[in-house]
Amino acid sequence: MIHAKPAVKEKKSMNSNTILLLLTIGLFVVMYAAGCIAYADKGFSKLQTFLDILKNNAGLICVTCGMTAVMITGGIDISVGAVIAMECMFLAVGVESWGLPAQLLIPLMLVIGVVFGIIQGYCVGYLGIQPFIVTMAGMFFARGMTAVISTQQVSITSSPLMTQLSTMKFNMPFEIGAYLNKKGKLMVPNVSIYVIIAILVLIATFLILRYTRFGRSLYAVGGNQQSAALMGLDVRRTRFSAHIFCSVLTSIGAICYVLNTMCGTTRQALGLEMDAISSAVIGGTLLTGGVGNVFGSFFGVLINGTISSLVKTNGKLSSSWPNVVTALLLCFFIVLQAIFAKVKARRS
Amino acid sequence: MTFVKKVTKNQLFLPLFSMVLVMLVNIIYDVANGNAIFNFFTISINNGILYGRLIDILNRGSEAAILALGMTLVVSASAGTDISVGSVMSLAGGVCCVLLAGFGNVNVNEYAIPLWLGVLAGILVACLCGAFNGFLVAGLKIQPMVATLILFSAGRAIGLLLCNSNIVYVNVESFKFFGGYCWIFPTPILITVLCIAVTALVLKFTALGTYVQAVGINKEAARISGYKSAAIIFICYVVCGLFAGIAGITATSRIYSADTNNIGLNLEMDAILAVALGGNSLGGGKFRLSGSIIGAYTIQAITTTLYALGVSSAQAPVFKAVIVILIVTIQSPAVKAYFAKRAAVKNAMMTAGREAQA
Repeated sequence: MIHAKPAVKEKKSMNSNTILLLLTIGLFVVMYAAGCIAYADKGFSKLQTFLDILKNNAGLICVTCGMTAVMITGGIDISVGAVIAMECMFLAVGVESWGLPAQLLIPLMLVIGVVFGIIQGYCVGYLGIQPFIVTMAGMFFARGMTAVISTQQVSITSSPLMTQLSTMKFNMPFEIGAYLNKKGKLMVPNVSIYVIIAILVLIATFLILRYTRFGRSLYAVGGNQQSAALMGLDVRRTRFSAHIFCSVLTSIGAICYVLNTMCGTTRQALGLEMDAISSAVIGGTLLTGGVGNVFGSFFGVLINGTISSLVKTNGKLSSSWPNVVTALLLCFFIVLQAIFAKVKARRS
Repeated sequence: MTFVKKVTKNQLFLPLFSMVLVMLVNIIYDVANGNAIFNFFTISINNGILYGRLIDILNRGSEAAILALGMTLVVSASAGTDISVGSVMSLAGGVCCVLLAGFGNVNVNEYAIPLWLGVLAGILVACLCGAFNGFLVAGLKIQPMVATLILFSAGRAIGLLLCNSNIVYVNVESFKFFGGYCWIFPTPILITVLCIAVTALVLKFTALGTYVQAVGINKEAARISGYKSAAIIFICYVVCGLFAGIAGITATSRIYSADTNNIGLNLEMDAILAVALGGNSLGGGKFRLSGSIIGAYTIQAITTTLYALGVSSAQAPVFKAVIVILIVTIQSPAVKAYFAKRAAVKNAMMTAGREAQA
């Protein structure tokens, strides 16, 4: 027994959060591999399928990064989907009806995001109102504003910049995963510019959360507000800036989103906030705050995307299956988190 | 304490004040349009059915009022919100219609099983959903919002799967009863009155209300004092599910079909808003049912008024958002502390002034 002790100690350093993260990554790998085997004839195993998952979820990746940051402080932001709809509509109507250049409108989208974040952050941080209620009001407001701007579906067609950005393709370097199509033409897998934006956002968020003062104070405030305050951190300001951070990332997500869809509708990004929250939770972010990792959230998004992609590839299943499966996974991970928390509490 | 202070301190002040404000807007609107001044309040009987804008508000607000009952208990006991109620409503309606129509049928003119069985099954499924939420929150100690997030996304999806993504019509006269008329009254109003009466009586004649508040104020203290905290929270969620089921059946019966995509859409937000507008703290603890009910009808009155003013249903949320922000800002701890501080300074200055005079 005595000899076994050091081994136990080493095992303890791998805490429950790491286990959950590994589980998430493992689940993604298993799911993807299963898809590759089951739908090999439909081309699921091609690299392009994976890149398409990234393409369709570029906006969600940005939003989930912001959501993770807010959730680490113990808050939540359910306005993100509506904000995306509002900003997409703003851009679409701005380009098509008002005749403004996209070069001007895209920075304005970011400004809208910052203003939105400041108002929500002020209510949460300085007025001490529950984040859920504040952002619910934000959601109502943004969704309503979308309809105020326009109730029609507006496609973006008259902006050369937008068209150029949206169709811009980057081939994989060294022709990785290239294949010959039926006509014998070499097809090189490619990504769009918004995938690159999303990946950059992901890396930047990771670095900010891990190595900057701001990022570390998020964890401290989420872990325990009182001890954070006793350490000399400005709790209210941290929660305030977390919401601004999230809103800015949401705006960047909106740019990615609109480049993918190239239109603005009132029903755009409906329920995206729940996708972002479930991705973050599946990725190991605790809603109680203090724990979370953007790479976990990234894998959460990938799992969500893979499920949708699998259902789409199958072609026969109802479109409500992804929702059911995601909810099941969410349930599984939440229960697992609860059990880990219970075990931890019993040990200490 | 002055009279004004006494009135504004009352918990029911805020919802009643908003209600009066909405009515004033309506009166001004009617006068401006050359209608009779009390057009808003007129109730008449046409074709043996009650008509009037007030009746319309009471009728349309039924689902939100029923949901607000359950939501009040959940908020009070667990300091969290049940965001799955809208989804559960849709699921309950879907189950009921699918059973009544027979699995796989889309449009029927007669029941496959007796009406009461279908309705009961729908409500039972909703109760099960409530029990599931309750188990996660009370048993596994998961935050309410996350726990109910599961059914929020799954409930509607399961309903859609059951209906095979179709709208299932049940074209039978007796099924339209719950959303139709009973004698001269719209049935939803009667159902709401019944729900409110039963809940109020249970809270009055049993100790459940006290238990719920005790658990909401301090779960640990309540547990140590001998309350079964977990069981009480669990019961609250089951009751919330039950009311969601009843609301779901009512909403389904109105359109005698299971429009799973749209029934109860965003209604959870209205219910939560009703609880907040009713002056109940979303942090749990003390609650007043009457506040939530008035809150629910106030929201419906606002919506109806906005429609009357020509605001489209898609744009109405902007106004709702502004109202929510105003209400919660007034109720927020920071603003309350500011006013308390100002009052204290004023008091101190007055005492100092008196002393100087003396």
